[in-house]
Amino acid sequence: MTYSLALAALADPTRRQVFEELRAGPKPVGIIAARLPVSRPAVSQHLKQLREAGLVCDRPEGARRIYFINPRGVQELRAWLDRFWDQSLVAFAAEVEKQNADRGKEGK
Amino acid sequence: MTKTIPIAPVRKSIDVKATPERAFRIFTAEMVRWWSKEYSINKSPIKDIVIEPRVNGRWFERGEDGSECQWGRVLAWEPPSRVLLAWEITPSFTYDPDLITELDIRFTAKGSGTRVEVEHRLDGYGAAAEDMFKIFDSGWPGLLESFAQEAA
Repeated sequence: MTYSLALAALADPTRRQVFEELRAGPKPVGIIAARLPVSRPAVSQHLKQLREAGLVCDRPEGARRIYFINPRGVQELRAWLDRFWDQSLVAFAAEVEKQNADRGKEGK
Repeated sequence: MTKTIPIAPVRKSIDVKATPERAFRIFTAEMVRWWSKEYSINKSPIKDIVIEPRVNGRWFERGEDGSECQWGRVLAWEPPSRVLLAWEITPSFTYDPDLITELDIRFTAKGSGTRVEVEHRLDGYGAAAEDMFKIFDSGWPGLLESFAQEAA
């Protein structure tokens, strides 16, 4: 499941920072490393994991690679919460109905 | 200067046959009665889910063995119309104090019932972070510190 990979990838605070950097726009490794207290090889490693998790894509630009957020990966992440709240609100409404029914019985 | 890619919040709503007061109470004070028990971060099965009814109150689950696992905090407490929670659990259900996502729940009278709207914002470092700064400024220096590191 892609979304669980995405979640696991974002569980790491540094990796999340790398991801946040890309939210401001596509960037090469060097720029990200310069903005964070993390070495360039470490940033590359995080980007690799984010890419494997489907959260980030890359494209060549001259001699370097530019990384950018993969909107589909983010969508997977949202999809989990979407399903979660669908399920939870239905359960909530069912509880309200159950209590309504109990109140109805008491009233009679 | 920086324009960030917005991540659209998850928005859901449901209509229930109850007054806003009852809906609010069942949602917050009786969460354990409707929450799916599989969504737990504790080793011990869920016995209760508590939202302390005040700003800065804790939101946690209590296991059958009495152990408590925190899920988040109350950022705004406005019964019966709204509760704003900080949700600090990852969807893989682990607690992560660095993860601050806002969960905004609104209760609006609609006919003889109530419309309940849930907005789960995934921009973890947005408005919630600012609120959390204010809240934890006095009470939780450790978290503030980790926030500062995060923001650095």
